[in-house]
Parts: sequence; C-alpha cells; structure tokens
Amino acid sequence: MTITLDCRGQRCPLPIIALAKKIRAAPVGGVIRLLADDPAAVNDVPAWCRMTGQEYLGEAADGEFLVKRLS
Amino acid sequence: MPSPGAPNAEKSDTRRQGVTDGRTLLDLAVSARCGGRILAGAQAPPPVEPGPPDDTVPQVEYTGVPTGAAYLDAATAAPLHPVAREAMLAALADGWADPGRLYSAGRRAAQLRDAAQALTAELLGVRADELTFTASGTAAAHAAVLGGLSGRRRAGGTLVHSAIEHSAVLHAAQRHAVDAGEDALVSVGVDRLGRLDTDAWAKAVAQPGVALASLLSASHEAGTRQPVAAAAAACAAAGVPLYVDAAASVGHEPVPPGWSLLTASARKWGGPPGVGLLVVRKGVRWLSPYPGEDLHRPGPVGAADLPAVVAAAASLRAVLADAEAEAARQRALVERIRATVAATVPDVEVIGDPVDRLPHVVTFSCLYVDGEALLHALDRQGFAVSSGSSCTASTLRPSHVLAAMGVLSHGNVRVSLHRDTTADDVDRFLAALPGVVERLRREAGL
Repeated sequence: MTITLDCRGQRCPLPIIALAKKIRAAPVGGVIRLLADDPAAVNDVPAWCRMTGQEYLGEAADGEFLVKRLS
Repeated sequence: MPSPGAPNAEKSDTRRQGVTDGRTLLDLAVSARCGGRILAGAQAPPPVEPGPPDDTVPQVEYTGVPTGAAYLDAATAAPLHPVAREAMLAALADGWADPGRLYSAGRRAAQLRDAAQALTAELLGVRADELTFTASGTAAAHAAVLGGLSGRRRAGGTLVHSAIEHSAVLHAAQRHAVDAGEDALVSVGVDRLGRLDTDAWAKAVAQPGVALASLLSASHEAGTRQPVAAAAAACAAAGVPLYVDAAASVGHEPVPPGWSLLTASARKWGGPPGVGLLVVRKGVRWLSPYPGEDLHRPGPVGAADLPAVVAAAASLRAVLADAEAEAARQRALVERIRATVAATVPDVEVIGDPVDRLPHVVTFSCLYVDGEALLHALDRQGFAVSSGSSCTASTLRPSHVLAAMGVLSHGNVRVSLHRDTTADDVDRFLAALPGVVERLRREAGL
C-alpha cells in the first residue's frame, strides 16, 4: 500500500513536517510517496529518513520521493 | 634656478611638519623591519587611563539590544579588535593620501602601506612582494580564481574545486565557465562530515588540461578542516597550482603549506571589513582579470583603504599573539555546545567533524524548524547566529555545503565564537535554545 502526500508548492520544512505527521498512517513496511518541488527536499527527505530511522527508497521521478516506514 | 639641494630640503621640511607629523605615525626607529609605531604598538597597546564615568549615555540600551545579548556570528564578521580600532584611527591622519605619488604626503602613505605589507607578509610567512591587499575577501577570491586560471591558459582551462568552496569562489568559477563552458568546472565531493574526497581530488587534478585547483582550508559552514596537505601533494604531483581560500582559518590557526595562491579576509579575524589578502607565490603564473597597467602582478584595484589595511595588519599581529590560547578556549566552548545541543534538543543533528575542525565554528540542524524563524526567534532573545537554510539565503536554495554533505538543510544554525565570547554567553544561548526550538515545533503542529 502506498500513501501519496502532495506537498508541491510548499517550502521546506513544511513537506518534512507533513511527512513526519503522515508516516504513522502507513503500516510498518509501507511506503509513502511524497511529492515536493522545493529544491531543499532533495536534501532533506533522505536526511530526515536517516535521522528518524526510516528507509529512503529514492526518487521515483523528479520531485517524487519514496519513503519506507521501518519503525 | 634653485640649487639641486633646495627642493630636497624643502621636501623634507614639509615632511617633518606634515599634516600629522610623520613621526607620530611611523617611527622607523621602533622597528626597522615592520616600520610603524602603529603597527609596533599593536603588540602592546598603551594602557588607557580610566577617565571619569561616561554619563552622557543613559543606562539604557540605545540600540535596543536586550540584556544578555551575545553576538555569535564571528565566522561572518568578528567584532572589531581594539587594536584594529586604535591603528585605524591613528592611520586616518596619513592614510588618505595616494601612496603612488611622490610628494611627502604620498610618501608617508607609502610608508604606512609598506609597513602594513611587510608586517602582514611576515605574519603569514611569505615575501612582502607576494602579498596584495584587496577590497574584500570576496575580491581576493575572485582575483585568485580568475587570475590563476588566466595565468595558466596555455596549460588548459579546467578548474578543479571542492563542492563546498565559498560562494565567492564558485561565482568566479561560474564566470570562468561562461567562456570556457560548464565542462571546465570539475567539482569534487565531500563526505558526510564535510571532508574532501582526496582520492577523487587526486584523480581530478591529474587529468590533462587542469589549470588550477581550489580548496578551502576549512569549511566556514561546517567547521571541518580540509586535507590541504594531501590535496597540495596531489596538485604538486600533477604540476597544478593550488589555491587555498583560508578565510576561515587565518587568525585562528595555521594553514598547512603547499599552496600556490592563498586568500583571507580581515573581518574574519577582528580586522575591519573591506580588507582582503591575496598571496601569489613567486613563480606562480597569474594574469590580472582586471584592466590595468601591470597585468602580471596582483595589485589593488583602485585606491586601497590604507587606514583599514593598517588596522588589518595590526590586528592580525595582535590576534596571532594569543591565537593558540584563544583557540583552545574556544574549542572547549564549541565542544560544550556540540554536547549540550545534542543532549537537550530532540531531533537535532550536530554536523561537521567532531574533532578535526576549526576552533570557533559549530553547526547543527533542527528537524521541522524553519531556519529563518529560528534566527528571528533567537535574535529576539539577543543571540546573533547565522544559517545555511534555504529560506535564509537569497537564492531560496539550501546551502550548497549542507547539500554536498547530505545533511539536513532546514533548521540550520551556525554558531561562531570570537575573543569576547564568554562561557556565560554560551551557557545563556544553550539555556535559551531548547525552548525556542520547542515553541517553533509546537507552532508547526508537532
């Protein structure tokens, strides 16, 4: 199951805040698809995953970030 | 027609009587090598007589600075060192004249300039004729990059640089790329701690057609020292000159040898703003990117701000006199900040190398916090810090340094200390920070 989170047009840290709020909606092992066009997201989504112990799966397309809930 | 001796006698009279009396400024007997009482006085400023209490200023903060304020952004500009202030005021009397002119006022200015140049060169361990004062650290960086590339045009057009160079260096590189093409720029990455990938660097500089390599001595943003010696060895093996932007280090700690060009900025060590240094070692090819008469030797573009240059030289000597002790003191405070921030602020990442780093710079990023909001909230409590977060940059892009390191770019704070920073300043900052971060997170709904 993939949950999509559309944060296009939002500036960092808003997409990361939305991601943090939404991650609990996914089951452990589930994937969140985050759409974000803020240039800082490229940096901050993987950094957030590293800092919070989630898995960053990469960018499926430009501005489409995949995050797997691990805990 | 007057006898040949007359004009000389007249000149030396003028000089003795001069506007300010040359002896006040330049007592060559004090130090034949460094030449100036201003500069000599820098080492041991005369004791100031405590005057009557100043009752012209009421007991309120006229700038609106809250009590307990602490300026913690020395890596942008350190507060003016008292020696710099003193030297600048003294040098104003003669520093206005053009040192290139032959009349006595010009000669007095030239003496000031030469004294400042000789002293600064001595402090840096270079020859006086290898050193040029520029209008800023940025101007020095531009001259180093563009002049270094031009001078080596016959060898090639490629500039190898670290991904975390100061934006002044990267802007000069972009200017070069306008003519030479984007392929002429080779960026070498850093690891998570912000340290240069030396293997990739060695490969990059060994490619044919590399004109110049550029590596900063230490990251002004993350504080991590760069492997200058290893980078210089790779450059030497490839026959490529190395430019080191040492703005973050000069005045704080020594810069490893092996470079061909070096720049620094006086305001980073407590000198005045508007003074940069460019050193081009003997035998290094350099061609001026500016219009001018002597294209092969760096020189100031237009009239140098001599009083500021004298102040820069005098303050550098004063700062270096106790740099080691100051570095040790600041390093201990930085360690306290690193440990306390990590322990008292949840979801925070303290970045940069924990040990092999500048003594006075510490950077951390707080999750879910807008960097600009954080800076404003801290400013309201009197703390001046800087941030590499995108919202605080004019470009709305995150700092290229944080991006290259792969660390969080929002909620970023850089704290940088100076000689007047006390343990109490640091403790007050550390006491205020967790509450500020918590409030901003609560406002964001977390």
